[in-house]
Amino acid sequence: MEIAFDQLLIQTINGIVTGMILALVASGLTLIFGIMDVVNFAHGELFMLGAYAGVVVLAATGDFWIALVAASLLIALLGAVIYLTTLRPLLGRDPLTTILATFGVSLVLQNYALWQFGPVARKIQEPFTGHFTLFYLDYPWYRLVIALLSAAIIGTLWLFLKISTFGVWIRATTQDRVMAQAMGIPVPWVLTVVFAIGAAMAGASGVLFGPLVGVNHAMGLDWILKAFIVVVIGGMGNLAGSIAASIFISLLEAYASLWVSPAQAIIVSFVVLILTLLFRPTGLFVPTPK
Amino acid sequence: MSETSAQPLVRVENIHTYYGKSHILHGVSLEVGKAEVVGLLGRNGVGKSTTLKAIAGLVHPSQGEVLFEGRAITQLAAHRLARLGIGYVPEDRRIFRLLSVIENLRTGLDRHGVTKVRKKELLDKVYEYFPVLAERRNQAGGTLSGGEQQMLAIARSMMLEPKIILLDEPTEGLMPRMISQIREIIGVLEQEEVAVLLVEQNVPLTLEAARRIYILEKGMVRHHAPASELRADATAIHQYMGV
Repeated sequence: MEIAFDQLLIQTINGIVTGMILALVASGLTLIFGIMDVVNFAHGELFMLGAYAGVVVLAATGDFWIALVAASLLIALLGAVIYLTTLRPLLGRDPLTTILATFGVSLVLQNYALWQFGPVARKIQEPFTGHFTLFYLDYPWYRLVIALLSAAIIGTLWLFLKISTFGVWIRATTQDRVMAQAMGIPVPWVLTVVFAIGAAMAGASGVLFGPLVGVNHAMGLDWILKAFIVVVIGGMGNLAGSIAASIFISLLEAYASLWVSPAQAIIVSFVVLILTLLFRPTGLFVPTPK
Repeated sequence: MSETSAQPLVRVENIHTYYGKSHILHGVSLEVGKAEVVGLLGRNGVGKSTTLKAIAGLVHPSQGEVLFEGRAITQLAAHRLARLGIGYVPEDRRIFRLLSVIENLRTGLDRHGVTKVRKKELLDKVYEYFPVLAERRNQAGGTLSGGEQQMLAIARSMMLEPKIILLDEPTEGLMPRMISQIREIIGVLEQEEVAVLLVEQNVPLTLEAARRIYILEKGMVRHHAPASELRADATAIHQYMGV
């Protein structure tokens, strides 16, 4: 079968747009893993609750942007509460305990959402509905805006980590928690804030992605699975690696769906995941440590 | 007791610590005065490093007290102790390897209540003492040589404007030239009225740099004497350290 150039370009744009959202979800996950070695299985539910918070605030205020900010703040707060009540008491124990604990939290949150909002999917109205013509398609502007906003949020996070005092504290704590304490860095506070930031990023991506799919209690599952795949492929705890892997995987899936159905195209990610684990278990985008 | 001038900067009173079930410190007591350099000698594994960690708040004694300027600090978190003025330079230096030299320094420098002017003064001062750090300020800490990392570890703790620095084997693995530089740095700290509690295997250096010496054996202080006394008569050193 011959692939037309326009189809290829459309899939490239699709891949990058999905990749940027995925990168936003995955960077929260990898940030949390990097600093406290916690694999947060509740991350997908924070994404889902972010979308629901967006639905509620949007209904109350009618403003998408207020909903985006409010949902992020709300989920940040929820993240901090989850961290303080569930994870802090488990720090320093077997990593398995935090995996089980966050998995438990994810079940609670998912069923809470089902109980609170019911099984029928809700809709978030996108802030603008304009389209532009991309070959034979009417391509929604909103999709490009999501990609740009995700990039902007990730860019802000990167600058924050690179330049600000708190960013230096976060990086120092990631590298050596004990020495960071000995240098006067309030490590318990740093860990709480990092968890809240990661949660906020999940919440923000939930709202941003809400208009493209229905908001329902199980929407976190697909995303969290993919986010884990890119976090592993990018190298656990490696922010830049996760972002690169998000775009890489999303592009691969987008191209694959030129030949097979999108549902089957997901197989590509798993193949890449397995190959990565077999041949470069530290991640595709980091030099293999000696 | 009531006069503040005689109050030691750090007083360790009969502390006991455990790692799991093994009893490491069996009631260590010692004092460091203001701006005083004190040496802590002993064989490997007698609890010298643990004593420093207990003062820095990184190990919490199950019994006994650590007092800092007369105040009990035994249960305070390590980051609060750092802000009170206890600097810690660990045995393996523990530079933040992926942070640049300047970022390593910023971990101690960026505190509440330190003005921009003061920050610059502090940086200029360590750059004057350690010109090599100024040269490499944008280089990752992990790329420095062992000696440079030791300097960075000491400079980093100086950013806290500490009243005492706990120095754990600063000369370990260094070339002789670097060792004499460490000796000079201890002199500089003394001049700046920073107290030093120095743990060392290098006995001649410790006897030269410190005013008083404690010798630890099996988690207890076995001997306590002015350094001058031990320089004249090394019997105790031979007895407890086997050198």
